[in-house]
Amino acid sequence: MPLQGEYLGMSVAIPDVDRPNQEFYTHCGQGVLHLQSCVKCTLLRYPTTTACPWCAESEYVWTPVSGKGTLYSYGEVHHAIQPTFQQFTPYLILLVELDEQRDRPNRFDGLRINGNLADASGEMAKPELVATVGIGSRLRVVFKSIGDGMAIPLWTLDTEIKQEAPWRYPDN
Amino acid sequence: MNAEIDATSEKFLRGKYAIVGVGETAYTRGSGTTTRALGTYAVRRAVEDAGLGMDDIDGMLSYSGNDSIPSTAVAGDLGIRLNFYMDVMGGGSSTEALIGIAMGVIEAGMCKTVVIFRSMNGYSQIRIGGTGRGSGASNLSGDGLFGRAYGQSSAAQAFAQTFMRHMYDYGTTPEQIAHVKAIHSEHASNNPKAYYKHRVTVDDVLSSRMIVKPLHLLDCCVETDNATAIVVTRMDRARDCKHMPATILSVVGRCCKPRIDNHYQAGPISTVAGHYAKEILWPNAGVGPDDIDLTGSYDAFTFTTMLQLEDYGFCEKGDGGEYVSSGIMRLGGARPNNTSGGHLCEGYTHGMNMVIENVRQLRGEIDDSCPTDANGKRQHTYDYSSGGCRQVRDPEITANLGWAMPGTGSALVMAKGER
Repeated sequence: MPLQGEYLGMSVAIPDVDRPNQEFYTHCGQGVLHLQSCVKCTLLRYPTTTACPWCAESEYVWTPVSGKGTLYSYGEVHHAIQPTFQQFTPYLILLVELDEQRDRPNRFDGLRINGNLADASGEMAKPELVATVGIGSRLRVVFKSIGDGMAIPLWTLDTEIKQEAPWRYPDN
Repeated sequence: MNAEIDATSEKFLRGKYAIVGVGETAYTRGSGTTTRALGTYAVRRAVEDAGLGMDDIDGMLSYSGNDSIPSTAVAGDLGIRLNFYMDVMGGGSSTEALIGIAMGVIEAGMCKTVVIFRSMNGYSQIRIGGTGRGSGASNLSGDGLFGRAYGQSSAAQAFAQTFMRHMYDYGTTPEQIAHVKAIHSEHASNNPKAYYKHRVTVDDVLSSRMIVKPLHLLDCCVETDNATAIVVTRMDRARDCKHMPATILSVVGRCCKPRIDNHYQAGPISTVAGHYAKEILWPNAGVGPDDIDLTGSYDAFTFTTMLQLEDYGFCEKGDGGEYVSSGIMRLGGARPNNTSGGHLCEGYTHGMNMVIENVRQLRGEIDDSCPTDANGKRQHTYDYSSGGCRQVRDPEITANLGWAMPGTGSALVMAKGER
């Protein structure tokens, strides 16, 4: 059976033939971010791929990661395209660099995860929260259940540490 | 030179092929006709511009994103029997790459002369990242879960992270980048074909509404309905065509950064595909950035022009903001860019209009409002004020830098006449 769910009014369907994505979102549903790790070279990768981008090995194991990272870059959407997202503007499209595997296997490489800024419960962030986040912000993963045991990973400010002032687009 | 991508062996075809014909429709919003009719019109104009007959054409290439008409329809309508044709998936940066494919198939003896066209009702039918295809609360599945689930579907939403990181890495400012639009609008004001002919200022760009920070509305290109076409053939045939050939010195593309499935995994993300493509482009052309008289750096967004000029070596990495705001890109400057007004102002046709512009620049026959003599030959004034001339003085070599996305690009170097 395909895994089926719904997120923000969008239907989600991951067919059985797409096993890596079923597994990725099921791990999220269990509350721990997992990435594929190559059985040969052990490197982690994102997003899901059908072989290792560095050694072409197809076998992998799912490996838990810390779910913590630093905001590497972002776009701040003021004009939403998808109707669902119009209620959330301005919203951030984040590129979060995980603490694991920075500058590996090559300098400037990293596990950079797409996502949105959310509050601690996984709801899309309000404008007041959006205004506090920028490049350098420390973030942790949160999950929003979408059904069939799956969840979507989102990112929220890590409140357990003292945040340095992030870099933000220079608004006048 | 990186040995893995060294293309400086004898296999290159420097100077052996040329663009001999160019043609286009008007750039409109609401063509009132089909992509088939638009494509047919542009192809006929390009073939006639070359001084060729339809029976001289035996190859055809086009590219689209499922928003156009195949070669077979256009060729059939014009009575062209094809020995070779192919319609490929592609958007920006396809023009230059397809020029390379045309050279290859002619070299392989598969055909003799190839027309390449792009036809789209990019405003009135299928809008890229807009309210048509790809929008709405449709299903999320597979790889779409990593983007569309986060409200990331348009080009602006997908590229913003590259642009923002460049500002962070190098201190590039919104004001510097806004110069790209202001300069291209100056050029467009001298282009009777341009969709947007009015000049705008840096302040106009910065005060326009935000679309996806760091992109204001005026940092984004125009959406239009149009078709464009060019004719590629071998130099021995090019000599007999109507105009001085625009000789192809080098072509590269579609050239990619690593991890093109998700290029943000490979850094620095403020570096784009031109970083790799230039290692093929310049050695094959036998010239470098300093030899280029004018550029056609793809302006899907103001930032894309800047990033490519930087990564193809027109300035030091990180100095792109300074380069685009220095005045060098203006008509009358040392190296004008997109003298037609480009995608920001003339119209959007996935890069082909910028190649057409540079072909006409090399011929010295830019279609501005300068007076014509008794033979219909335009007498260029080189007065670049609004409504005036946009012909560059005696350009010898041009470069087109095509953009698909931060991780993919193509490029083309052309020279005036046979070398």
